[in-house]
Amino acid sequence: MSEWNAELLWKLRADMVLMRVFEEKAGQMYGLRKIGGFCHLYNGQEAIAAGFASVMDYAKDYVLTGYRDHGHALAAGMEPKAIMAELYGKVTGCSRGKGGSMHMFDAQRHFLGGNGIVGAQIPVAAGVAFAQKYRKTGGATVVYFGDGAIHQGAFHEAMNLAKIWKLPLVSVCENNQWGMGTSWKRVSSVDDFSIMATAYGMRGELVDGMDVLEVRDAALRALAEAREGHPVLIEARTYRYKGHSMSDPQKYRTRDEVDEYKKQDPILILETRMKEEKLWDNAKAEAQDRAAEEATKEAVEFAENSAEPALHTLYEDIYAGEPFFMAPSGQPV
Amino acid sequence: MSQLSYRDALNRALDEELARDDAVVLMGEEVAEYDGAYKVSRGLLGKYGPERILDTPITELGFTGLGVGAAMVGLKPVVEWMTHNFALLALDQVVNEAAKTRHMSGGQFNVPIVFRGPNGPAEFLSSQHSQALASYWVHVPGIKVVAPAFPADAYGLLKSAIRDPDPVVVLEAEMLYGFKGEVPDEEFLVPIGKAAILRPGENITLISFSKPVHLLLQAAAELAKEGIEAEVIDLRSLRPLDEDTLMASVARTGRAVVVDESWPAASVGSYVAHRIATECFDLLDAPVEFVSSEDVPMPYNHALELAVQPSVQKIVNAAKKALYLENPHG
Repeated sequence: MSEWNAELLWKLRADMVLMRVFEEKAGQMYGLRKIGGFCHLYNGQEAIAAGFASVMDYAKDYVLTGYRDHGHALAAGMEPKAIMAELYGKVTGCSRGKGGSMHMFDAQRHFLGGNGIVGAQIPVAAGVAFAQKYRKTGGATVVYFGDGAIHQGAFHEAMNLAKIWKLPLVSVCENNQWGMGTSWKRVSSVDDFSIMATAYGMRGELVDGMDVLEVRDAALRALAEAREGHPVLIEARTYRYKGHSMSDPQKYRTRDEVDEYKKQDPILILETRMKEEKLWDNAKAEAQDRAAEEATKEAVEFAENSAEPALHTLYEDIYAGEPFFMAPSGQPV
Repeated sequence: MSQLSYRDALNRALDEELARDDAVVLMGEEVAEYDGAYKVSRGLLGKYGPERILDTPITELGFTGLGVGAAMVGLKPVVEWMTHNFALLALDQVVNEAAKTRHMSGGQFNVPIVFRGPNGPAEFLSSQHSQALASYWVHVPGIKVVAPAFPADAYGLLKSAIRDPDPVVVLEAEMLYGFKGEVPDEEFLVPIGKAAILRPGENITLISFSKPVHLLLQAAAELAKEGIEAEVIDLRSLRPLDEDTLMASVARTGRAVVVDESWPAASVGSYVAHRIATECFDLLDAPVEFVSSEDVPMPYNHALELAVQPSVQKIVNAAKKALYLENPHG
């Protein structure tokens, strides 16, 4: 424990609290129909995004993830305002209201989405890692996906490519134990996803995804190896508190199961550790909570007060070159 | 001016673009040590090395997606599909990633990537290896699609595709790889989005792309023997589509035959016919004729597979029907 300094632990706590508070608010705003479509919340899984983000070098590293992306976007340092405005579909959103909940992007923060097709981001991430190796940037790419995605061919094809081309790729399976409404145990040939790494001659590691310090440790090891051309697979065992998306009635699991996991809450675990280490400070914790609530409140106000995208913007952001349209309607918008 | 095969013209384009820009890499099955399944990449491994000319495992989805990711952060990958038939395994990465990333990111990311490989009916290959799949790509906003019929266009369009800031699908005609034609020795580009009028004529417009363009030229020669002057248009680019050239020609001739070796429904040909019928309604002297492949999977038997596809005779018959010269069915 000697390596943990107080500043780091408070930072990890602040990051996780912001994710939790932001997602609670996103859920509320969804209930008020301010946010539409699919909205997949990250509650319960915060330690994974926070742990990795704490060791990444965003000047040269990249992140890709699936559709449960709000927490990862926050962890990458994206503005809560830009994320909330995107959830609202406003033109001030990070993707100008074109992407929504599942498609947060930020080129400056090296956050490459926000992908809605289960597992499709994994080969794309291998390509980002390929470019890093080709250009000898020293950077690595971290790609997150769920326990549902790991059975996609895209995952297996990408692992093989990452290994044969020695790509600086860290693949993180966030096993929240429910692929939508299907228990991972019912659809997996193995009870530990990290052993799938052996099929590709890679190192795999199972980590407690509820313990941010364990995640951080694993991330440090994995990134160091990846930068040397040894891709790594990590299973971070976690649990999502909310439904698959906001429209999920969750009839496939019991309230008791969810409550049981909430006793192993990642924020609670870190706080307990901080108290054991005599680093706890009630006033500081309350100040962090207030800061997260304030940032979220400001994000909502920003989103509420932002303009809807003008209709003509529907013709924008499709081609980098000269735009064109097949059979244009001829109806000026 | 040199006589180059379609294959060698593509090779020259790849060679020049690899030399010009170190962001260009070529990846695909058998492209390096084997020199390409159709020898399009012959000699490139020796010249540019294994970092830039990459043999992939047989994982179309995987390496297509890998190309997309590399393009998002600044490389200009050329992804070779051994054939477009196998590219169906990579459909998700083209439709949902390459075509959508710029849009979903609010314009933050470009995807300058080229997907290329042979397309269209070949010979004796039956149903899974002998398909014309242009519609799959042309349907999707966010990508561009070109389909050269001649070595010079293959060269100039591939160079334009590699330099394009957006994803471009290149449909190469499998049966044309050995076809030779004039290619100027000096470097040139063929702009994406411009059709070519291959033969002027005032009586009827014949329109196609890729391999059937050669059937149009033969059909036009047949029709000329009977005093019918057909204008022949090679679309070259399917997305964007050069409607200006197309509509100006049909406005002059008042009649059109559209030929597409794909199946009839939801095809480029049926779409072009619809556009002409809509845009030139008042100028048409006859309904637009459409010659496609038969609506059947490709059979192995040679007589059967030829009967499935557009032919010179089918095109001549369609032209005569549009000219009210005869009813080919009666």
